[in-house]
Amino acid sequence: MSALLEITDLQVHYPLRAGLLGRHHDVVRAVDGISFAVPRGKTVGLVGESGSGKTTTGRALVRLAPVTAGSIKYDGVELTGLSDHAFFAYRKRIQMIFQDPFNSLNPRLTIYQILAEPLEIHFPKQSRAERENRVTELLRLVGLEATHLYRYPHEFSGGQRQRIGIARALAVEPEFIVCDEPVSALDVSVQAQIVNLLRDLQDKLGLTYLFIAHDLAVVEHVSDDVLVMTGGKIVEAAPAEQIYAHPRHEYTRKLIDAVPTL
Amino acid sequence: MPDPTPAPLLQVENLRISFHGRESIVEAVKGISFRLEEGRTLAVVGESGSGKSVTALSLTRLLPPPPGCKVTGRILYRGKDVLTANASELQKIRGKEIAYIFQEPGSSLNPVFSVGWQIAEAVKLHLPQIKDVRGRVVAALKDVGIRDPEKRYDAYPHELSGGMQQRVMIAMALACEPHLLVADEPTTALDVTIQKQILDLLREVRHRHRMSTILITHNFGIVAGFADEVIVMFRGQIVEAGSVATVLREPKHPYTQALIACIPRLGVRARRLTTIDYSKIEAALAAAS
Repeated sequence: MSALLEITDLQVHYPLRAGLLGRHHDVVRAVDGISFAVPRGKTVGLVGESGSGKTTTGRALVRLAPVTAGSIKYDGVELTGLSDHAFFAYRKRIQMIFQDPFNSLNPRLTIYQILAEPLEIHFPKQSRAERENRVTELLRLVGLEATHLYRYPHEFSGGQRQRIGIARALAVEPEFIVCDEPVSALDVSVQAQIVNLLRDLQDKLGLTYLFIAHDLAVVEHVSDDVLVMTGGKIVEAAPAEQIYAHPRHEYTRKLIDAVPTL
Repeated sequence: MPDPTPAPLLQVENLRISFHGRESIVEAVKGISFRLEEGRTLAVVGESGSGKSVTALSLTRLLPPPPGCKVTGRILYRGKDVLTANASELQKIRGKEIAYIFQEPGSSLNPVFSVGWQIAEAVKLHLPQIKDVRGRVVAALKDVGIRDPEKRYDAYPHELSGGMQQRVMIAMALACEPHLLVADEPTTALDVTIQKQILDLLREVRHRHRMSTILITHNFGIVAGFADEVIVMFRGQIVEAGSVATVLREPKHPYTQALIACIPRLGVRARRLTTIDYSKIEAALAAAS
């Protein structure tokens, strides 16, 4: 099967300036030369601690972080050199779900406004009725009711807000979703619901996921392949069923040890 | 001659907490009772909205005053009812006897003061007899495994990682040598690897300081190997209580069973995670009452 996303030697470096004139020049190598591929319709898990560069990797894919060097090939097209105008089409195909459902929804907008905004940008020709139908359909898709349409984010629980975040990502009919710690801020019971929802949506819509998290138990569960990242580098890549049974890298073993056992 | 059955460190009887809005009354805790013996660790497990955090806050009357919030029942700390204590008695309990650490260290610390200053404030308030406050704070920072404590004294919260901030919170709680530490979701905002470090640290300090501990959490996964007793809360009620070993091995209530079942396990790649069927639990509750 051909890969939908292919990353080769990706680097994201941030310059560090110190001193009065900001001269002393050093760089933080947030992502330091990583390569991996995500096959269409599959889930690749990216696991690591805070500061490992996993979030930066995800953000680089949607141009929320600057790429220093390397190649990002999406569906055969090199994304790194594209102009913003040419990249616009890919914003629709690649979407992102964020970690914190409390801070990633605008508190002053109703759920309808939150979900209609990406539609207005990417489907400007849609009529108002079409748009309303689509928003209602999206809510149903993520397990919310049409009666929730004109409420504000603060009226929802953490799990419901994450459902809204997912609906917003799905609004523009993407193929690829970067899930950046989508369940880390949730109760374990709600985490299970959201993980199942992502699974169901993948089956129904044929989505491809890059699933970023720090909890190896969750990543192992949702992913086909798992990448383990630390210090900006991928230290282990293996199919999910092998990563727990035969961890090869010492850091992977550390992550496994950190998972609480019942 | 010592009393053959000493009073428990903490005894909560028929605790009810309700919040009174303009049009509605929300009963967050519906008459719960539990006790904690000296030197033991109690875990309170439940989901968001189960009433576990307001229960923790009520132990030192940290909830808003009436009429906004009404607390009834009895909270006996060393035999003395916290709910009828006056301001100066409360002052002695808060921080000195019962100390807290909260979920988000980033928002519990004051961003405009150095961490050393913030710990020093607590020390000066509760232990006025101590002359070398700075030395005491440095010792407290060292105690929780912060390297270069002298230098870190002057660090501001934003200069520290989440794990380090939580260590500072623990140092602050321990600086006044409390007898009871209430840890309200101390690791929820942290990475699993940091979670393990913080739990190991808490286990070590409570042993060293011979402290009793209450751990509030939504995750049964961190209860095993940490607490002696557990109570499981669902919508303001205790649905199950017992020793951790027994409850984990043979959970009796369907809610407890569901909470344990929804934790993802390593090496078990089921297609779907188990979720909680609330209608089943409501039916079980209705049948019980």
